[in-house]
Amino acid sequence: MPGRCLQAGRASAFSASAGPQAMPVRFSNDDPGSDHDPGKAQRFRDAALPYLDDAYTLARYLLRDANDAEDAVQECYLRALKHFDSYRGPAIKPWLFAILRNVCRAEFARRASSPAATDDLPDDAEQTPLWRETQETPEAQLLRRRDATTIRRFVIGLDEPFRETFVLREIHNLSYREIADIVEAPVGTVMSRLARARALLRAAWLAEEEPSK
Amino acid sequence: MTCDEAEILLHALIDGELDAGHAREVEDHIAGCPRCTAQLAAYREMSKAIASADLRYAAPPQLRRRIEASLPQTRTPNRRSVLKGFAMGSAVSAIAATGLFAILLHDGDDQRIMSEVVSAHLRSLQAGHLTDVVSTDQHTVKPWFNGKLDVSPPVIDLTAQGFALIGGRLDYVDARAIGAIVYRRRAHVINLFVAQTPGTERHAAKTETIQGFNIRRWSDRGLNYWAVSDLAADELAEFGEKFEAAMKGSGAG
Repeated sequence: MPGRCLQAGRASAFSASAGPQAMPVRFSNDDPGSDHDPGKAQRFRDAALPYLDDAYTLARYLLRDANDAEDAVQECYLRALKHFDSYRGPAIKPWLFAILRNVCRAEFARRASSPAATDDLPDDAEQTPLWRETQETPEAQLLRRRDATTIRRFVIGLDEPFRETFVLREIHNLSYREIADIVEAPVGTVMSRLARARALLRAAWLAEEEPSK
Repeated sequence: MTCDEAEILLHALIDGELDAGHAREVEDHIAGCPRCTAQLAAYREMSKAIASADLRYAAPPQLRRRIEASLPQTRTPNRRSVLKGFAMGSAVSAIAATGLFAILLHDGDDQRIMSEVVSAHLRSLQAGHLTDVVSTDQHTVKPWFNGKLDVSPPVIDLTAQGFALIGGRLDYVDARAIGAIVYRRRAHVINLFVAQTPGTERHAAKTETIQGFNIRRWSDRGLNYWAVSDLAADELAEFGEKFEAAMKGSGAG
């Protein structure tokens, strides 16, 4: 497995899901009483609000819908505030992301039970297979220039779990270790998902003839 | 190494996630394999294109307002703008600093003060906010506080003990000007706050955690101390012990 090749500092986490201890993100609806400590609210603002754009970006890519993303981010911040006392670090962004991911998974479950889901994708995009068995001659294929809108569409077109891994790495610049904690998977799994995600994205990039707006 | 292995590991190579030894193994394989060389070049090109495209979304203003409205109101909402830049940079988590703050305060406000101390620590991590006086010399840092504070915070050089003195700063906690002395351990900053207290009895150190930061607090000779850092608790304890030992040794106050 590739996992053993990681830097020593990160390799220890390869062993398992350190997530639950490091990031207490499974919540019960208890104890709203402590939310009225103004100092806590201020600390929470200072620590968490700078990541609002980051959280919204992640939610957009995970949920593929602008309205659902807003709702998920708001729910994420409410849960984060409620559990801010038990937050033990080390960095707040991965902690917020782990909460947000759980919120989004709840949304997935809801959608699964109700078929009418809205989507950022154009109507036909989801049905188009992104990954085709192309001739493996990458040296002959140069990536055509793409604008951000097109690249976003490629990313949104990735299937889970490749999409979330890709977004956490390429857009949020998190380390493999941080991603592993958020998605509760070993670092080696993160690495192979990322390799797969990039292969899929590159295939989509190469396959599409016309840059679309 | 086989191409199958290299095909996955070259991503870790691009992302800088391999240690030197394994990076060399992958590079050695790639150097002798035209196929993997092309793969690496192609993925590097793609990473570059992705990095230069703005793929992020900005949170809509109404979302920000909704979240703001759902938070309990605080006494000093305008401080938010001061702290706005905090943690926007990815470098923030890489910094660890130690600050020493000297303040006069009343007993009984401990939790609130600790919160403010943590906020001051966070604020100090913003680029350019860590120190007002940059010096590794305690005889430069200590006089710098003269006339700026109603107490003279003890400044002790712990560089030989593994905690580098990097400077001092004026800060505000509990609406008062306080002194902060900043230390660094590897990439970690530690904030040690010092406050005058009416009592002169000695209180042994206790460690608490707020918001992911460890806070070691103790009292000695009429001063309260809070050392704040993202350092692990045992290393912060080591800092506190060495600081106290050095205080005893020097007889400084």
